[in-house]
Amino acid sequence: MADRPVLTGTRRALGGFRPSGALAGVVPFFAYTTVFLLIPTIVVVVGAFVDGSGRPTLDNIAALGGSTSSFLPALQHSLVLSVVTAVTGAVIGAVLAYAVSTARPDGMLKRFVTALCGVLAQFGGVALAFAFMATFSLQGFLTVWLTNLGIDTGSSLWLYQWDKGLMLVYLYFQIPLMLIVFLPAVEGIKPQWREATETLGGTTWTYWRRVAGPILMPSFIGATLLLFTNAFSAYATAAALISQASPIVPLQIGGTFTSEVILGQENVGKAMAMAMVVVVALVMWLYAWLDKRASRWLVR
Amino acid sequence: MTATPSPAASARGTEVRLTDLTRVYAGSVRALDGFTLHMAPGEFVALLGPSGCGKTTALRLLAGLEDADGGTIEVGGKDVTSVPTNKRDMGMVFQAYSLFPHMTARQNVEFGLELRRQDKATRHQRAAEMLDLVGLSKQADRFAHQMSGGQQQRVALARALAIEPQVLLLDEPLSALDAKVRSQLRDEIRRIQLEVGTTTLFVTHDQEEALAVADRVGVMNAGRLEQLASPAELYKNPATPFVAEFVGLTNRLRCTVSGGVATVLGGSVPLLAGSAGDGPAVVLIRPEGVEISTAPAGSGSVAGASASVVSASFLGASGKIVARLDASAGGGGELVSVQVDNTDVTAYAPGDRVILSPRGDAALAVAVS
Amino acid sequence: MSTRHTERRKRAALRWGVIGLTLLFFFIPLYGMLEFTTRDLISGGRTGRVWTTLVDVGQVTDRYPALAEGFLASLALALFTVVVMLLLLVPTMTWVRLRLPGLTRTVEFICLLPLTVPAIVLVVGLTPIYAWVSYLLGEGTVWLGLAYVILVLPYAYRSLDAGLRAIDVKTLSEAARSLGASWLRVMWQIVLPNLRTAVLSASFLSVALVLGEFTIANLFSRKNLQVAMYELGKSDGQLSVAVGLASLVFAFVVLFAMSFVGRKEKS
Repeated sequence: MADRPVLTGTRRALGGFRPSGALAGVVPFFAYTTVFLLIPTIVVVVGAFVDGSGRPTLDNIAALGGSTSSFLPALQHSLVLSVVTAVTGAVIGAVLAYAVSTARPDGMLKRFVTALCGVLAQFGGVALAFAFMATFSLQGFLTVWLTNLGIDTGSSLWLYQWDKGLMLVYLYFQIPLMLIVFLPAVEGIKPQWREATETLGGTTWTYWRRVAGPILMPSFIGATLLLFTNAFSAYATAAALISQASPIVPLQIGGTFTSEVILGQENVGKAMAMAMVVVVALVMWLYAWLDKRASRWLVR
Repeated sequence: MTATPSPAASARGTEVRLTDLTRVYAGSVRALDGFTLHMAPGEFVALLGPSGCGKTTALRLLAGLEDADGGTIEVGGKDVTSVPTNKRDMGMVFQAYSLFPHMTARQNVEFGLELRRQDKATRHQRAAEMLDLVGLSKQADRFAHQMSGGQQQRVALARALAIEPQVLLLDEPLSALDAKVRSQLRDEIRRIQLEVGTTTLFVTHDQEEALAVADRVGVMNAGRLEQLASPAELYKNPATPFVAEFVGLTNRLRCTVSGGVATVLGGSVPLLAGSAGDGPAVVLIRPEGVEISTAPAGSGSVAGASASVVSASFLGASGKIVARLDASAGGGGELVSVQVDNTDVTAYAPGDRVILSPRGDAALAVAVS
Repeated sequence: MSTRHTERRKRAALRWGVIGLTLLFFFIPLYGMLEFTTRDLISGGRTGRVWTTLVDVGQVTDRYPALAEGFLASLALALFTVVVMLLLLVPTMTWVRLRLPGLTRTVEFICLLPLTVPAIVLVVGLTPIYAWVSYLLGEGTVWLGLAYVILVLPYAYRSLDAGLRAIDVKTLSEAARSLGASWLRVMWQIVLPNLRTAVLSASFLSVALVLGEFTIANLFSRKNLQVAMYELGKSDGQLSVAVGLASLVFAFVVLFAMSFVGRKEKS
């Protein structure tokens, strides 16, 4: 049922396909995206499987798993970091989105929170790392303030560790991103659904468990997966915060740009990049699968 | 309040008493102001009024979706004023979009029964009955977005009736539908209501709808009930100018009142109780209360006011002529709508000279302010 | 009678509790930046010296040439990216709607693809492309804009798509065509004026994204605002943090203003 419009659309396109002037209108777009999006993607995928002189090889991939390689631990860190901040961020962000949605639709509060979240979610990068250093480093105001109160916060080195400080900073852009992507779904909830539940004899708990919960679940899962890829791909904040080591994959890939390349491993960066693409593609596939299963009832 | 009232009890219907209800919004707006309504068991009452008149508020108070600031609500002899919505046993149909989008039609109908812990077989059977009642047996497994607006409202009705509610509440259930579906569903709602015998409160801003289905119609204005009467009574003997103007299309014509009779269009009209006293006034005459005839050639002295036709429209079952009164010493120039038989429409063309006169049905006159 | 009232009050309390706590979490680090930039490192206490330095154009150009250079480069990049993005997207999307509806899904897929290709991966793949760009066009920072167009594609696409949905391009252009307008005139005089809000919001979003971009510029060793700020952080902490805070505030003002622009057109 839901697929029908797609099918007819495709059929119409094929039926109406004539090498006419109409197609010339979209050539610039396809040319541009081919050069700057499709070819780079192909470069990564192909590059992962060739050596410095262009001969096919599996060495790049093998190098990732080698005992001297720090890639596997970094991948593990990246995955844990992304899962934890995606789930935590999604839960907190969803509650925030619900709270904001109950405010006046055109009110200042909502505009304010949405704009703020837009900035923190998409603009932050280096500035966010600075913000956390200014707050939590040894000289940071919160550290100083807590010390004055007699609370010892330790060495402040925690701020630069991937599973402590970095997680906290990531939450700082994951929660706002959740608000941005989840708010439309929450606002799509009709007040009639709650009232209908009540008149039919349901409690608030019934409403959340049987009506609002199931209706929001597909959007929630989708948003959580988006948060995962967002954290998994993030580079700027981590690069600005952690300068001593490369505990996560994006930093390792960045490292291949600046460090001396070991002979024969020119394309290891591409292999790492491809590993990232594979992870993201898996998540997207998972999303598509869940979406198809869980949302037969969605309007398409 | 038993969870599952016996069919016999619900077939007889429940008595409803709303007494002196008051509801104040945002500190000062009185949405309801001393609203009193008594519904007999099994009765179908329509609340009619312009938007903001408080009709929806009255319905929501009865449903328990809002709290009254004063007054009492009695259902079946019990005071339910402070009983929460989910314990009131009210079946409600909303304006639109009230079906749960993630459930099929059948699951929607079964939802209320599930909350009443009825077993699966009973639920299935009852849902099938209800969907059959609204004529949607074949669409049982469809989701809301796979159904038309009219079908969605039928499912909503089935869902509301499935729980055998004490009272059926209809909150402008037809207003989002197009004209044809609307009148079909309207008649069907009445049929079903008569069949199940549930006391029903129907809120609408469409007078035709209200007059067509209800046993009694309450016309509301500014949070108060202006008149509560049978459709015919309401139409023929409006109690207030507001009712006269809101119910049915009305011509407002200048007249002179003396001794309970208004002189207008060269004839006289008996006045209803509550009309203005002697002096200049405005009389409210319905299109079917005006007679029209072609003006005789020459200057024959026919009783009536001369006018010229502005438009003649064919409306299906009837026809409508709009004519402009000739300017005279008393003013004139007003537009008058006249209802005619559909076969007579072609007898009049724009520009034709006509004579208008009152048929003599009683009307309401208002003092000129 | 009071059950609903208390329930509502409880809900309001919950709402304010949640919003208050998260806003606190959002504002503590921002306050940290403000506090840090107003410290007087020499004598202790407070000073606005860092901020007066930052707004003094002459002094910044003199003492922090890299910062001024990065700032100007980012402005040029923003302009370049917006222009290329609009030239690429507006005609294509309109054209697809009008003449090639079968391509809608393909174009949408391509435009949303950058959401799933991490910027860091794009950098890796773009390396050979940029070798050619440098060879053909030179080393200028502004050519980063060619890659930035790809980054802003999903956001710009969504804004423009919403705008195109809101107006019936097909009927509008058919009406114009029936009155004798050429395709060029349809685009310029009919479609574009009606898309004003969408174009504006797509441009604003793109500007915000470009001004915040770090990954690509850093790894290609080009100096934009974020890279300059990052490098300044190694020598002058206070000023770099001030730049960071100022850029966040600027982006906030842009987005906040945008929420009003969008509404006016709708109502």
